[in-house]
Amino acid sequence: MSTVSPAAPAVEIVGLRKSFGDLLVLKGIDATVEPGEVVCVIGPSGSGKSTLLRCVNLLEQPDDGKVIVNGVELTDPDVDIDAARRRVGMVFQQFNLFPHLTVLDNLTIAQRKVLRRGKAEADAVAFENLEKVGVADKARVFPAKLSGGQQQRVAIARALSMNPQVMLFDEPTSALDPELVGDVLGVMRKLADEGMTMLVVTHEMQFAREVADKVLFMDGGVVVEEGPAAQVISDPRHERTKTFLRRVLDPTHQDPT
Amino acid sequence: MADTTPRAEAVPRARLSPRKRQRISRGIQYAVFAAAVAAVGFGADWASLAEYFADLDVAKEAFPELITVALKNTVIYTLSAYVVGFVLGLVVALMRLSSVAVYRGVALVYIEVFRGLPALVVFLIFGFGLPVAFPGLEFPFEQYGTVAVALGLVAAAYMAETFRAGIQAVPNGQLEAARSLGMPQTRAMVSIIIPQALRVVIPPLTNELILLFKDSSLVFVLGVTSLTTELSKFGGDLAAEHADSTPLVLAGAAYLVITVPLGYVVRRLEAKQRKAR
Ligand SMILES: Nc1ncnc2c1ncn2[C@@H]1O[C@H](COP(=O)(O)OP(=O)(O)O)[C@@H](O)[C@H]1O
Ligand SMILES: [Mg+2]
Repeated sequence: MSTVSPAAPAVEIVGLRKSFGDLLVLKGIDATVEPGEVVCVIGPSGSGKSTLLRCVNLLEQPDDGKVIVNGVELTDPDVDIDAARRRVGMVFQQFNLFPHLTVLDNLTIAQRKVLRRGKAEADAVAFENLEKVGVADKARVFPAKLSGGQQQRVAIARALSMNPQVMLFDEPTSALDPELVGDVLGVMRKLADEGMTMLVVTHEMQFAREVADKVLFMDGGVVVEEGPAAQVISDPRHERTKTFLRRVLDPTHQDPT
Repeated sequence: MADTTPRAEAVPRARLSPRKRQRISRGIQYAVFAAAVAAVGFGADWASLAEYFADLDVAKEAFPELITVALKNTVIYTLSAYVVGFVLGLVVALMRLSSVAVYRGVALVYIEVFRGLPALVVFLIFGFGLPVAFPGLEFPFEQYGTVAVALGLVAAAYMAETFRAGIQAVPNGQLEAARSLGMPQTRAMVSIIIPQALRVVIPPLTNELILLFKDSSLVFVLGVTSLTTELSKFGGDLAAEHADSTPLVLAGAAYLVITVPLGYVVRRLEAKQRKAR
């Protein structure tokens, strides 16, 4: 760890391959996220975006290739995976808050049990992060009492409470009612402005264009195109990227057949 | 509008409307039931019944031991077996869901064997097989320990299956969220998955407690003394002694005093869970 220079990438993915049974889902992915960078992954449903993200914190075990987070190779069979995951926060499409715990306990349980923080410290960190996402007034209620937007912001605060060095988001606004999407994107934008390193799977092109430093377009288990957000979204080079963006940006448009 | 009227006329009218037919069929059911009750009521020999099933003198004999010894022991046997079954059942369920094939196999064999064997057979094996196999073997708390283990082993098989279903009912995203926060597998199970699973399984596990109350009557095959007797054995012995079934009625009532309220609790818990969903 101490030998890692500060210029090392936050996340480095090399030749990542993953299949489920006979289905080859990731066919050799290479990608890098520099510290402080926001990288958005876009692409059609089933192209392997979630699988890629889940391989980055080893919720899925890759078949081949390397995942290196802040200089630690997570794909090394002897790595302490629990320790490594602590440095990578993850936000899920379905929030996945713990329904049997209050919002505050959702934020403190891993701090207490994993990081061994005392109650006072864990509470302080929790409140700080709840403030940041704008739901501090809900600390004592159970998740079921919150709107989807509030739940997702709590989920972000829960991940932040572990002081991660990288945050992964898997379609964080896809399960939300349209009027609640803005609050969550606002929180993510704030995080990006504060310099958080983020890898975000999203269909929110506006967000990608404005916040992302880099956009990856995935299709069929490969990265088809990557580049600065403005270029990939506004001026895509590949035909598949163009077709996809046309569908997303103009859903009523019919492709000429 | 005008052209719907003739079509309505065209619908063939049944001789009896479904409502009338249902009323008639309901009436017949009530009549049959009333006739059955009357037949029992008039046909039974109430005088003998009162003598053999509600003899106050014999009833007096049963107290206070029916409560202070028999009911107390039944409760002790049941609760101690429940605790053993609960802990062992949870362990077996976790083994059943383990990624280690050997654990899964052991758990499966355990469940199949103890779920398939009648409790009576398990008791017989415990009472007569184990002392032969392990001559020095003794359970703590004597009779109480033996019963807790034997009945607990049977209960654990059922409870393991209930726990397994409860754990599997917790969405996979919960485990993933816990792991993504850096929790090791065991910690995630203890802090996140099992607490949620327990809520789901409380009603079926309370049902299991009711079943255990009844199964505790099998203790007699292990041989009980006047101090370690339980409701069924106590009632049966006293009934034989007096050639009168009144003690059995009392013992039966003592079971119901426990199991009926428990059944009520189960229904309340289930209704609450239905509402929460
Ligand atoms: N656990 C799994 N088991 C089997 N197939 C899976 C699993 N997870 C994903 N897949 C398959 O992998 C492909 C890519 O899925 P995913 O990564 O979720 O795509 P995306 O997030 O881009 O929509 C899909 O065809 C999906 O059905
Ligand atoms: Mg996905």
